[in-house]
Amino acid sequence: MSEQTTAPETTAVHAEPLEQAEARLQPIRWKFPVTYILLGLLSLLVFTLLIPSGAVTQFRVSTANDFITFDAINVPSFGTALVLSILQLALAAWAVYAAVHRIRLGAWHPVLFGILFVLAFLVYAGAGRGAFIPMVTLLSGALMLSVPLIFGAMCGLVGERSGIINIAIEGQLLAGAFLAAVAASFFTSAYVGLLAAPFAGAAVGALLVWFAVKYHVNQIIVGVVLNVLVIGLTSFFYSTVLTQNAELWNTRQQLPRLPIPGLSQIPIIGPVLFNHTILVYLMYVIVFALSILVFKSRWGLRMRAVGEHPKAADTVGINVARTRVINTILAGAIAGMGGAYFTVGQGLAFGQEMSAGQGFIALAAMILGRWNPKGALLAALLFGFSTSLGQTLSTIGTPVPSEMLLMLPYVITIFAVAGFVGRVRPPAAEGVPYIK
Amino acid sequence: MSEADRKNDAAPESSSPAPAPGGALKEAESRLHYALRDLAQSSWVITVLSIVVALGVGAVLILATNAQVQDTLGYFFARPGDFFSASFEVIRDAYSALFRGAVYDWQAATPQRSIRPLTETLVNAVPLILAGLGIAIGFRSGMLNIGGQGQIILGATCAAFIGYAFQLPLGLHLLLALMGGVLGGAIWGGIAGVLKAKTGANEVIVTIMLNNIALYFLAWLLRQQWFVQTGSNQPIAAPVEDSARLFGLLGSGFRLHAGIFIAIAATVFVWWLLERSTLGFEMRAIGENPEAARTAGVNVPKATALVLIIGGALCGLAGAAHLLGTEYRLAAGIAGTLGFDAITVALLGRSRPLGTFLAGLLFGGLRAGGVLMQAQTGTPIDIVLVLQSVIVLLIAAPPLVRAIFFLPGTDTKPKKPRHRRRALRDTASRRAEDPALAGSAQGEGSQR
Amino acid sequence: MKLQLKGVTKRFGTFTANDQIDLTVQPGEIHALLGENGAGKSTLMNTIYGLYSPDEGEILLDDEPVRFSGPGDAVAAGIGMVHQHFMLIPVFSVTESVMLGYEPTKGPGLIDFTEARRRVKEISARFGFEVDPEAMIEDLPVGAQQRVEIIKALSRDAKVLILDEPTAVLTPQETDELISIMRQLKASGTSILFITHKLREVRAIADKITVIRRGKVVGEATPESTETELASLMVGREVSLTTQKEPAQPGETALSISGLSVVSAQGKTLLDDVSLEIARGEILCIAGVDGNGQTELTEAILGIREAAAGTITLDGTDLGPKSVKQRLNSGIGFVPEDRSTDGVIAGFSITENFVLDQYDQPPYSNGVAMKHEVMRAAAAEQTSRFDVRLGTVDDPISTLSGGNQQKVVLARELSRDNRLLVASQPTRGVDVGSIEFIHRTLIEERAKGTPCLIVSTELDEVLNLADRIAVMYRGRIIGTVPGDTDRDVLGLMMAGVPAEEAKAQAATHHTVLGEADAEAEEQA
Repeated sequence: MSEQTTAPETTAVHAEPLEQAEARLQPIRWKFPVTYILLGLLSLLVFTLLIPSGAVTQFRVSTANDFITFDAINVPSFGTALVLSILQLALAAWAVYAAVHRIRLGAWHPVLFGILFVLAFLVYAGAGRGAFIPMVTLLSGALMLSVPLIFGAMCGLVGERSGIINIAIEGQLLAGAFLAAVAASFFTSAYVGLLAAPFAGAAVGALLVWFAVKYHVNQIIVGVVLNVLVIGLTSFFYSTVLTQNAELWNTRQQLPRLPIPGLSQIPIIGPVLFNHTILVYLMYVIVFALSILVFKSRWGLRMRAVGEHPKAADTVGINVARTRVINTILAGAIAGMGGAYFTVGQGLAFGQEMSAGQGFIALAAMILGRWNPKGALLAALLFGFSTSLGQTLSTIGTPVPSEMLLMLPYVITIFAVAGFVGRVRPPAAEGVPYIK
Repeated sequence: MSEADRKNDAAPESSSPAPAPGGALKEAESRLHYALRDLAQSSWVITVLSIVVALGVGAVLILATNAQVQDTLGYFFARPGDFFSASFEVIRDAYSALFRGAVYDWQAATPQRSIRPLTETLVNAVPLILAGLGIAIGFRSGMLNIGGQGQIILGATCAAFIGYAFQLPLGLHLLLALMGGVLGGAIWGGIAGVLKAKTGANEVIVTIMLNNIALYFLAWLLRQQWFVQTGSNQPIAAPVEDSARLFGLLGSGFRLHAGIFIAIAATVFVWWLLERSTLGFEMRAIGENPEAARTAGVNVPKATALVLIIGGALCGLAGAAHLLGTEYRLAAGIAGTLGFDAITVALLGRSRPLGTFLAGLLFGGLRAGGVLMQAQTGTPIDIVLVLQSVIVLLIAAPPLVRAIFFLPGTDTKPKKPRHRRRALRDTASRRAEDPALAGSAQGEGSQR
Repeated sequence: MKLQLKGVTKRFGTFTANDQIDLTVQPGEIHALLGENGAGKSTLMNTIYGLYSPDEGEILLDDEPVRFSGPGDAVAAGIGMVHQHFMLIPVFSVTESVMLGYEPTKGPGLIDFTEARRRVKEISARFGFEVDPEAMIEDLPVGAQQRVEIIKALSRDAKVLILDEPTAVLTPQETDELISIMRQLKASGTSILFITHKLREVRAIADKITVIRRGKVVGEATPESTETELASLMVGREVSLTTQKEPAQPGETALSISGLSVVSAQGKTLLDDVSLEIARGEILCIAGVDGNGQTELTEAILGIREAAAGTITLDGTDLGPKSVKQRLNSGIGFVPEDRSTDGVIAGFSITENFVLDQYDQPPYSNGVAMKHEVMRAAAAEQTSRFDVRLGTVDDPISTLSGGNQQKVVLARELSRDNRLLVASQPTRGVDVGSIEFIHRTLIEERAKGTPCLIVSTELDEVLNLADRIAVMYRGRIIGTVPGDTDRDVLGLMMAGVPAEEAKAQAATHHTVLGEADAEAEEQA
């Protein structure tokens, strides 16, 4: 549209008044301040005022197995929640000021607000229940639950950055989980399962990109159908081979935890981040590598070019089809590896449809993270945290239904794509077959 | 598709070149028409061949997992004949059970039981057709409604609650329960529709998210005593009253219910809506080219919202018919895989009402046959999902099917210079090879 | 480097886009390839650039036959190309755009950004371009984007540079800058193959001219040939470049716009305080370079775009609160700028396209259901009146050529009583034969007393049709001048110089094209 074609400026005689007009007409963005105010009030009126008087909230910040253990921390519920709520409202006021004066606030602002809000909620949820809120379990659980989401989101990101929309992340996770379980069981080694899983995901990715690139079939449709295909195939084999001879094909194998010496002994951070299986460490490596490679490497530059404007890439000698094929298969391998989490990662045997919609949350995390590895990581962690919180709260028993927390990722994503969390701008050529 | 058609085309330079950047997912949507047109292009030949290939894939799976066949493979080089005869028997048993379970069971004890499979196929087809129509309306209007699942859940939930929570006279109760289902689905589709209309939120993402939200919402409802009204902690709701059930058509022993008439009526209605009404013209116009529709005075946001509202309503109706006609009790798994099956139904039916109806029958039949096949030969019903997805993948890629069968095809040339040229040929070929669709106004083909 | 084509043929199915093309570009020569839209120019360029492989014939560089399997090969052989639609990625920086495909790396595939920036700076310094290597492409004006494209080609040591319709988006003054760049490149030994359908440019810049028509070389010419000679060579018959018309007889004011402003969703001002009036029986042309608010002006009149301020009145009625549909039904005929995106629906039949903006109006519909027979009869009658070459009205409109599609649009918009006609780029992408027809039709509409607002970026068209000309620049009307205003003055106004000042400047300094204009007048 014409908005995108900027007017030429060769003789900028009359440029000045226009730019003034633009600054004047720049609308004030009320969305965030209003949200902050509403959440702050929620925190004050519900989380604070509904706390029974004299109640105490107990936090446990270490587990019995930790290198350094701490006593549980007891805080007075009402006072703590009140302070946290006031801090939130102060941040909200700051946001209002910034909005009126059209100052941009950094990412720290929403993050800090989010932490305060969650803490206030935890204080309220644990007030006077006599049960501890296990912070380490909560956080490490969040990380564990995010593992398939992060792998899935990285898969989606690599695919979409090269122009292939991947709705089949769900299927890739499931295929990875299946092959990991079968291979691990057959060779009685969880590590073999971990090695096998990427191949399953890559195979699904190969099918996706084959239909998308060679036959120009709508990528969303292929993705949806591939999900059905993978569910059908894995369930079929589960009901036949895996059930008939479970000892051979579907026994539990678990990747061992490998605490990193030194790092894993740091209080709180250690048990949360550095006492995991190799799968989690691989995840760190992949996220770190992608966050650099996508923007700073030749591979990444070409991938983005193909995803934004394939013809432009073609005219400088980049093979669009090959780039898309390789990257989508590579992405599939990443998701397949993430699928291993469900079986060998958790030490479970394969079960039908055990990926349970995580692939779609991964897709959501990628969108919320704006096709950026770091953003997708944060979004996936947020989603993992909300699930972990749901699980923790359902054990200590709180008035908030766990289903609501499980819904949270999806609701947030809808708000995000509805433009509430700023403009979401996917790669321009995503989903568009390249035909010379 | 004579070559003369191509000559009519404008010279290449005047047809639009490569897609310009910008617009992103929206671009993908506009590409939807190409995808759908490619589906429409494939003739019945392609469809039949796709089914044959899918059955072949299924056969390989069945053989690969059959213990008997595996045994004969052990001494294959000594007595290869054993392997082939064993394979033949296994496949024959499985697929004959599939057919008997879906159409006519010549081995059944009574004539009544012999024709029961066909009625079971119809029972299964009812929700598939209704939801398939809902999805198809979206496809024709350029919207990928992946949210059938959520809309079905909401439809079933509303219908069920009205069905057991109220005591109402016979006809009225059923009508209200069905209306409730329609409303539930329409609201759930409408959320995506209104968000897309107001903010441009991509409906693929929103409907996927709404599916999962619906799932948790139902799980939560089923834990609430005011909702389930059973007095037990089981996550299953009370059965719907008799007055709210879709009445059986053939007496005891048969599950066939009046929902089939709803499915037929809905098919006719959708045909009229898309091909004959002004609203349908608007919907198809925004699907083909929203900018041109807007320039022509169509209220695009309103039409966009309506597409997903009507589509959601049909999916909701599917959920209601499924619950009031077959299930009677609301449980967490009420929608099964219906929502995703409906997408494959709409795709196989090329988003056309009659096609969707026939595709619904086919997949309903696979499902009904799958039950008997599982019971008699131990082949898991999950194989139906495999068959379904293979069929749909193949009809979406006719050149692949042609290649499998070494058929000469216009599409086998690897480089297709221009979409427009293909559009021409496609329409021509569809008309030539596809008499069932020849009369319908063309809704595919679009140009950037 | 010398570029030579021998018998190059390219077919798409049975359609022959290029038929036995022979062409030689000598080292250091500016060679123009002249042809109408659809003559096969772009196909030929894409073949030279390795995007297509020729079905027959060969390409020679310095007398050595070459075969390219892709653009990469062509670039390696020293061919550079600036496409009509720039091959730039909006979200990339200038540096990223220039290095793409030829990235300097260090370590394990990581890009050496310092080196890449250095290259951009070095080339821009060599040719005196001012381009910030860090700027995002989408933030750059069109002229600067074109310079990035040229830098891109030069950074790969292009010895032959292909420029595809390079002036389509430039003001005459920007075109002048481009011409001086081309001459500079020529002086440094680069051969330039320059594609256009604009006769004036060819005569002003080219050393040698090859004309192609319907995929064949139909002749060679020199810059000394007259425009009429070139035009008849290009079209294949005698053409009259101007349409005869009676002087306007304006009636009372019909359309009156005052203080109209439009702001984009991003808060950018697209239309700034625009006021104009059109009388009955008068054609007002809006001239200007693409993207200076013309589109927004027409869209605001139709109601697709909301006005931030100002009023639009038609025959005394305020259009402000009316919906698009109400405006269309009240008698606004609207020919959109981009036919394929806004004017027709490619997959719909000719009939359906014919009723596209009246589908729910009588006699075509009763409001709920459509009346197919009535629609078909009307479509058949009107398309034959407008001389649309078609099979049946049930065929998809995509079976028609661009010119015939445009005639369907005009048939739709002019087959009813209009109180206002708004036409944007009425002849864009249309063959010369149809242009004449469309111009005549528009002038007939004026004769009926309809006030006409015509937007065109082609100065030729503007000068041909206009009774009055309003020039737009950056969302404003820089001035309204009579229909016979001098091309140089219009050019300066298109670059933002107010009318009076423009007249003064134009008197002292002629642009290359303006000189060609004057020359043409002398010849005539």
